[in-house]
Amino acid sequence: MSELKVSAIKEGTVIDHIPAGKGLKVIEILNLNTLNGGTVLLAMNVHSKKLGRKDIVKVEGKYLSEEEVNKIALIAPTATVNIIRDYRVAEKFNVEVPEKISGILRCANPNCISNHEYTVPKFYVISKEPLKVRCHYCERTMEEEEILANL
Amino acid sequence: MQGWKGRDVISIRDFSRDDIEYVLSTAERLEEELKEKGSLEYAKGKILATLFFEPSTRTRLSFESAMHRLGGSVIGFAEASTSSVKKGESLRDTIKTVEQYSDVIVIRHPKEGAARLAAEVAEIPVINAGDGSNQHPTQTLLDLYTIKREFGKIDGLKIGLLGDLKYGRTVHSLSEALSHYDVELYLISPDLLRMPRHIVEELKEKGVKVYETSDLESVIGELDVLYVTRIQKERFPDEQEYLKVKGSYVIDLEILKKVKETLKIMHPLPRVDEIHPSVDSTKYAIYFRQVFSGIPVRMALLALTLGVIE
Repeated sequence: MSELKVSAIKEGTVIDHIPAGKGLKVIEILNLNTLNGGTVLLAMNVHSKKLGRKDIVKVEGKYLSEEEVNKIALIAPTATVNIIRDYRVAEKFNVEVPEKISGILRCANPNCISNHEYTVPKFYVISKEPLKVRCHYCERTMEEEEILANL
Repeated sequence: MQGWKGRDVISIRDFSRDDIEYVLSTAERLEEELKEKGSLEYAKGKILATLFFEPSTRTRLSFESAMHRLGGSVIGFAEASTSSVKKGESLRDTIKTVEQYSDVIVIRHPKEGAARLAAEVAEIPVINAGDGSNQHPTQTLLDLYTIKREFGKIDGLKIGLLGDLKYGRTVHSLSEALSHYDVELYLISPDLLRMPRHIVEELKEKGVKVYETSDLESVIGELDVLYVTRIQKERFPDEQEYLKVKGSYVIDLEILKKVKETLKIMHPLPRVDEIHPSVDSTKYAIYFRQVFSGIPVRMALLALTLGVIE
């Protein structure tokens, strides 16, 4: 089933194995819900051997950069990314939570200097499962819920 | 061990056991030299800038005294209202400016992470003298120095941390630093103010034996060191609860009947009423000697980061 859906776009990116219910958030984080974002298809609650249920997001005409992939890794660590060229899977890679996260996440601590001065916010991943990061500046630990709210 | 010249002192997390030991032994060396000669000249011609965006008498005076004792001089401000911050200048610009006037910067700032940012911006070494509720590494180093001077070692000691372990910055950093040593930690606090779980887990992972209790009397007889901190009223939902808790953690002559002869009582100060003044003159009290430790430890950090000693 999902093979068919993948090959249905000519050029672009298919993000597969998104935990069920996180597909809309992926679209939001990647800013795909804008008028110039190209055609976006979202499949929700698709049957999956690996996850039980999963979401799939397909983006026509857009190849994800590494930085964007990192953003997804935080919300959907199980996701796989397929780069599609001429209806074929040209590249396929797993999303991985990086050791360091830079520039895509804001610190949840309102008293952190990174929320008051010009800085590039940086975080160290201290646990991938459950997801926990520590702010490079204020050293406060953020857990998944706070992380998702500050992407 | 990293080289010391030009190094920043921002968080106790950045310190290995070797780093800590090196600071402590350098402090000891400088303390002896100072006793012998009265004043030193290692930092002659060097200028320390103390940038206190938030007032702190003790830490600022201690750093300034340490720099003078090293033969250096000091510039700076003691509160943000007398600096250009009041005109809206960014921390970044303040640091960029001040580093043109000085060789090392000591900063205290109400925002967490401010010292880390200052260190990234500045070419010269930056020493954190407290960033909001985050870190105060020189306090931790002087605490360790005090323990080491009293006992000749840190390994093998039973150390009790008493009071507000939930919000207390000093006890978080101290326990983190102590995790490099073979110690037993007794965490004594009201249930409401227990040490955050992630810190307790981290301590256990590093092999520290941790005991948690709310009952001071049941463990005080075990301890070599009792580190007392203040419990703040505003942490409690109602005043009655606060008064009840406060009363059970007051160190007075009565409770000292139950302790080891060799117990040492420490406190980061200022204290309010958690240690009765009658305790000050007992052999157990070392909190004013602890204040003195700030001088050799800060001298060591200034001299090492300036690169005027090795």
